[in-house]
Amino acid sequence: MKASYGKLMMWFFLISDTFTFSALLVSYGLVRYSYPAYAGKVVDFVSSPAYWPIPEKVFDALPFLHGLHAPLIFVGIMTFILIFSSVTMVLAVEAGHRMDRLAVEKYMLWTLLGGATFLGCQAWEWTHFIHGTDEGTVIKELIDGSWVSNTIFGANLTQNQYGPPAFADFFFFITGFHGTHVFSGVILNYMIFYRTSTGFYDRRGSYEMVEKVGLYWHFVDLVWVFVFTFFYLV
Amino acid sequence: MAHVHEQDANAGAEQRKVIWRTFWILLGITALEFAIAFTLNAGLLKTSIFVGMTIIKAFYIVGEFMHLKHEVKSLIWVLLIPCIFVVWLLIALISEGGSIFDLR
Repeated sequence: MKASYGKLMMWFFLISDTFTFSALLVSYGLVRYSYPAYAGKVVDFVSSPAYWPIPEKVFDALPFLHGLHAPLIFVGIMTFILIFSSVTMVLAVEAGHRMDRLAVEKYMLWTLLGGATFLGCQAWEWTHFIHGTDEGTVIKELIDGSWVSNTIFGANLTQNQYGPPAFADFFFFITGFHGTHVFSGVILNYMIFYRTSTGFYDRRGSYEMVEKVGLYWHFVDLVWVFVFTFFYLV
Repeated sequence: MAHVHEQDANAGAEQRKVIWRTFWILLGITALEFAIAFTLNAGLLKTSIFVGMTIIKAFYIVGEFMHLKHEVKSLIWVLLIPCIFVVWLLIALISEGGSIFDLR
């Protein structure tokens, strides 16, 4: 094989990470199909723990525009940011092949900016999901042997205003695990940027490290493509 | 460093073109996904379209951005074959989920 040792090991790590993410997403599929789907019209949808929610009715908020119904717009922006940062990363790799230090620095900065913006967006989305909507959802709970009606707002690991608690659990685990990967990616990208700008790779005579970390960054983007489809679209 | 830059000022131009083309393809597919999300009713057809488009996007990211398309054949197979386990897990657990639904 012509691939270098480092790149090969990165690929092997990524295939093991693929299994971890697949296990999480497939478990989501299992639990989703064990719950009834919402049967009525989309416009009449109301949140209830009895059936699985429609994602476009859950993720419909935008920062600074409180109360506006903008289904999936924010997550669309997040997807665009991540794909774009993947493009700047591959441009940095390409500049590395030409030993063009300034271009690598420039594109690594753009990639860092994209990664940090994505993390910020995710923090906002989590905050909104945890705090919930103004109206909340009325649920019936069995407390000390009698049924009590309660209004709950937002979601945590045991209560969820948008649907079954399992929906919120998977949201926190899957997007949280992906967000952790993005965070590690941003740190790695920063290290690459630092070593590039101090001329480390020029002295070494090779920019292959940019390529290895690039593989990881594209993988994070790839996982998001799957999370986006299975969590937000289907 | 300057002389290296001068030497191949035009090098990689073809590669950059491929990168930007891949970006536009990914963006186009994502935009199409949005259009379908709000026009088609939920069902098997919609799910299969989304899964198909996701696999196309994955192909472009892994093939072009991660450069796998241009690596040696053995590396491609070493990475693709283990993914059979994921397909198996998917089929097994989705049908398991359906049976939990029936029993509930």
